[in-house]
Amino acid sequence: MRTHLVRVLVLCTLLLAAAMTAGVWVGSVGLSPTSVWTVVYDHLAGHAPNSIANAIVWELRLPRVLLAAVVGAALTTAGSVVQVLVRNALADPFLLGVSSGASVGATAVLLFGALASLGLWALSVGAISGAFVAMVLVFVVSRQGGTLAPLQLTLCGVVLAGLFESITSFLIFRGNPQATQSVLFWLLGSFGNATWSQLPGPTAGLLLAIAYLLAQARALNALAMGADAATSLGVDVARLRRNLFFITSLIAGLSVAVSGVIGFVGLVVPHIVRLVVGSDHRRTLPVGALAGATFMVLSDLLARTIVAPQEMPIGVITAIIGAPTLIVLIRRRTYLYGGAG
Amino acid sequence: MSLDVLDLSVDLGGRRIVSGVDLHVGDGEFAGLLGPNGSGKSTILKAIYRVNHPATGRILLDGENLLGLPARDAARRVAVVAQESTVEFALTVWEMVMLGRVPHKRGFERDGPKDREIAAQALEHVGMAGLARRSFHQLSGGEKQRVLIARAIAQQADHLLLDEPTSHLDVRYQVEVLELVHGLGVTVLAALHELALAALFCDSVHLRADGQIVDHGPPASVISASAIDEVYGADVVVVPHPDSGVPQPLPRRHPHNRPERNP
Repeated sequence: MRTHLVRVLVLCTLLLAAAMTAGVWVGSVGLSPTSVWTVVYDHLAGHAPNSIANAIVWELRLPRVLLAAVVGAALTTAGSVVQVLVRNALADPFLLGVSSGASVGATAVLLFGALASLGLWALSVGAISGAFVAMVLVFVVSRQGGTLAPLQLTLCGVVLAGLFESITSFLIFRGNPQATQSVLFWLLGSFGNATWSQLPGPTAGLLLAIAYLLAQARALNALAMGADAATSLGVDVARLRRNLFFITSLIAGLSVAVSGVIGFVGLVVPHIVRLVVGSDHRRTLPVGALAGATFMVLSDLLARTIVAPQEMPIGVITAIIGAPTLIVLIRRRTYLYGGAG
Repeated sequence: MSLDVLDLSVDLGGRRIVSGVDLHVGDGEFAGLLGPNGSGKSTILKAIYRVNHPATGRILLDGENLLGLPARDAARRVAVVAQESTVEFALTVWEMVMLGRVPHKRGFERDGPKDREIAAQALEHVGMAGLARRSFHQLSGGEKQRVLIARAIAQQADHLLLDEPTSHLDVRYQVEVLELVHGLGVTVLAALHELALAALFCDSVHLRADGQIVDHGPPASVISASAIDEVYGADVVVVPHPDSGVPQPLPRRHPHNRPERNP
């Protein structure tokens, strides 16, 4: 099992590296794959070349590709964990209300110039604040007897998400019709405005989350067998659920703040990964992070080339690829996530 | 290796489900917890394995306060086999048994050769070694219970709680599962549905009604027609088992007394 995992991880890393190279290389301005790595090498060596290749690779495409990779990994990680937390195969990282809360914040910024004093950061800060408010509300409302029971959590998440979405709709209704275009674009998700300065937040959140989750991988396996079984195996279920809730909300919120609401990645990739490597979280978490990153980088590549010079919203791409892939996998294998059969 | 429950009361949803229960299970004893559905058998077991928080009372393991122990330490001393669980995630049989090692491991610690050896022996013991790579959810009910027993063995606890482990099984597997557990030589407290099986396997039984224990002792002294009528409201005749003489309740018919049919 071990050597098998190592092989899968190496393969996934190579795929991610290839996808990222392609993501930086392919575009409206032609570059060669080697010039991509030359620019990266020059920067790492400490002397930035003053060339067009450098401007395109280093300033435009590389931060975009890296951000897509980080967000893809974060959404996949959050998705696999939320599916355990609420014991529901249809759960995605946005089930717990984070994305709809973030949408309210982002819409307020885009339509009404809220937080204008923060300049370029206003959108991110608005989205994060909205996500945070939603997270705290869902947490407080769904807590029962000190524990986050799956059903309560799911229902409260869905209900509060609906409430936040109606607030977003209300803001759009009251807002300037020209500006609603930008809201719509944000809601569909995009890496079009990626900069280096957006990377540290989501990256730090992702690394923190993965470190915590790998340390808790056995407890996650036990929790997947049900709360009572996990308790009998010595897992402090109430505390574990609370930590899982906050950590998934954190990385989902940070992702939404930099890229908008990109659906399907956090739902589909965890399922694909489980079909390939099984349900042990010591395997699904690292493989999932790499696979999610690869999937997002390739989706972004398609999003910006398929209708060039325009950009397709990436959420459209992830859904068009994700939905049929999952359906094919479900039909081909005896996939019994829900315990049916 | 004894288990004592002292003056245990449990409230669920604002209702007292279990009140003032006392239980003693001696070293290596196989004790049965009997009573009709809803009499709180599971509630008592779940209070012992920390799912339910008692309103009053104490639980002692060899005289030591069990609920005062850290959860991991408690799980190293008390293992649980519940009813065939519905599994949402497709773990393999091997991964399922390795879950028994959870309370023995910390954070990033990897599974060592010792853990694998313990799990392999546990699977061997329940006769499932050949199915280690199979998916747990593809097993039959009896096989699933054997895997869960292997998980409990891998947990290396000297106390075992069984929560109606045989309720959905065919008679062959019912006997097989209880025989397996009996052979482990650990201290067992089992909530059981089938009175005849309980009488066959238990050293002592505790009969419950209305949230309390109404009688306890060896099956021969507790399982009687009058006690079963009182607790279950069922008319039975109790006959001695031809092999061992333990009491076996058999249901009786009431042809004149059947519920009226709709025309």
